[in-house]
Amino acid sequence: MTSVAWDRRKLALGRFWSDFRRQRAGMAGLVVLAVAVVLALIAPLFIDENVTSVVTGTGARWAPPSLDEPFGTDESGRSILLMAWWGSRTSLLIGFLAALLSIVIGMVVGIAAGHFRGWAGAALMRVTDWFLVLPSLVTALVLAAILGGSTFTIIVAIGVTTWPSTARLIRAQTLSVEARPYIERSKALGGGHWHITTRHVLPNVAPLLLASTTLEVASAIVTESTLAFLGASANKTSWGTMLRGSYDYGAATEGAWWYILIPGLCILAVVMAFTVAGRALEAVLNPRLRKAGA
Amino acid sequence: MTAPLDAAEPAVQAAGPAGRDEERPSGHGTLRYALSKAGGALFSIAMVIVGTFFVFRLLPGDPVRNLAQGRNMTPAQLDLERHRLGLDKPLIDQFVDFVGATLRLDLGTSYEYKRPVLDLIGERFGPTLLLAGTGLIIAVSLGIWQGTRAGWRRGSRFDRFSTGLSLVLWSVPTFWLGLLLLMVFGVGIGPIPGLFPTRGIESVDAPDGFAYLLDVGMHMVLPCLTLVAVVYAQYLLVMRSSLLEEVGQDYVTTARAKGLRDDEVRRRHAVPNALLPTVTLVFMRIGFVVGGAVTVETIYSWPGLGQLFYEAVRVPDFTLMQGTFMLITVSVIIMNTLADVVYHWLDPRVRSA
Repeated sequence: MTSVAWDRRKLALGRFWSDFRRQRAGMAGLVVLAVAVVLALIAPLFIDENVTSVVTGTGARWAPPSLDEPFGTDESGRSILLMAWWGSRTSLLIGFLAALLSIVIGMVVGIAAGHFRGWAGAALMRVTDWFLVLPSLVTALVLAAILGGSTFTIIVAIGVTTWPSTARLIRAQTLSVEARPYIERSKALGGGHWHITTRHVLPNVAPLLLASTTLEVASAIVTESTLAFLGASANKTSWGTMLRGSYDYGAATEGAWWYILIPGLCILAVVMAFTVAGRALEAVLNPRLRKAGA
Repeated sequence: MTAPLDAAEPAVQAAGPAGRDEERPSGHGTLRYALSKAGGALFSIAMVIVGTFFVFRLLPGDPVRNLAQGRNMTPAQLDLERHRLGLDKPLIDQFVDFVGATLRLDLGTSYEYKRPVLDLIGERFGPTLLLAGTGLIIAVSLGIWQGTRAGWRRGSRFDRFSTGLSLVLWSVPTFWLGLLLLMVFGVGIGPIPGLFPTRGIESVDAPDGFAYLLDVGMHMVLPCLTLVAVVYAQYLLVMRSSLLEEVGQDYVTTARAKGLRDDEVRRRHAVPNALLPTVTLVFMRIGFVVGGAVTVETIYSWPGLGQLFYEAVRVPDFTLMQGTFMLITVSVIIMNTLADVVYHWLDPRVRSA
């Protein structure tokens, strides 16, 4: 039985990939992402944490872009290029892990709320709606301030405040999956809650999860940089902390446009890549959207 | 919603799936709905108060020492402070005190300012309302206008431009856009001189009367621009997609078949229906605007609630942080509930569902 299902899934996956490859913007986003991730991963082979240290800054202060320093230097002579490269590791790590946490919470709550009708599901939705109205940035800032700024707490603060929209999406999908006859068949054959949710519902919501994870990473990276800018940082160089530095040391008044521009462009490029890739995924997975061309 | 619906063309009902329009005249259902929503909102607010109490007691370490921030204090002073704050009582008593005080709107005294939190909030409320309100009005009008134009002529150059632009603006972090605008228009770059002030709400030597308003207006340009740019993209996208939903509906075809001009079909039939989801979204996502306001106020030192909250986080001044957090959250919950009820009242499609 499983082999039939797996063959069918493999086939669907192949079809999905060929559909996705036709989405030009999505492919472009995917390529940018791949480059960014590979660069972040191989960074330790070429540079180390010293590039972010204020004492080892080699260049002149506020040096504009030149051949030596392609993206200029900051207030203590550190290379913006190397800092942005090293900082991509923190930004991407937090982005991915926070999105993962958010998606996992959203998935569990969403499937549970859709699967268990009655008071349990209703209570879960109540909680979801409650979290949904909380202003997420403000809440994340409070959590980060209270728990102290480490990479871990920033991830928790972002994950805990952003899961409700995923939960709602997954719940709706779960409800529609569970209305199908084969679920009834499975129940008649003695399938329990665990069997139904993991064997039937999960594979059906997985494509949606993939699309929303992609979008979630984009927003988590923005949130991380915003939190870092607002001072709730992990004390590690990320694009957000670099921009914080540019603000604190008055890069605007110094005319050091490169200090403000470069980290921001990094964020923008990665976030847009995730967004277009996520939208392309949605378009491929949701034929209704594809038709509307939205 | 200004465009009156043609009496001969009950467009809204025609679009409804069930079309149970006989319930429309009675406001009874709406009232009951409003009451149940208000109950839900009260519950949410109660949860915010309870949640705030426990989250702020999760603080690692001794709250008194946290408050003192490493200032030297003798053990006797610490005990006195602990007693003054009621921290020597059992947790349950502290909880009861906290809830009681919050319900009496006693949000405690800011450690940093040595003043009641409620007074501080009161002072900062006006500027935030001015900035966020103006920004929201501009963002909503611009988003609806541009979204309508884009959605009505789908695939046109304007449409592609708008969608692309909103995608970029959606990906831009608010604070980065603020920094860029600050650099280009505030400080000036290259040949461009600094055009607008970048700090605060008024000049130090602010003049009186009309000139004062102008001064405040000038200070508002950059913060407002930043807020609008970041917020309006989502309104545009939602207006566009909800208009796209309407364009295919039968009543639009009917309106066209009647011989109405294209402009009239759009303005009097399609747009009023497409507006509803958009307007609801405006209020549903008010929390997003609040987040944007915190960032924008921080960058431009706008003396509003967002900046107050930011300062509380920076210091950190936990009493102030707790008070502003509760106020912001409760306002957002109230706005959401209002939007829900108004939507229900305006749109029979939701009521019959």
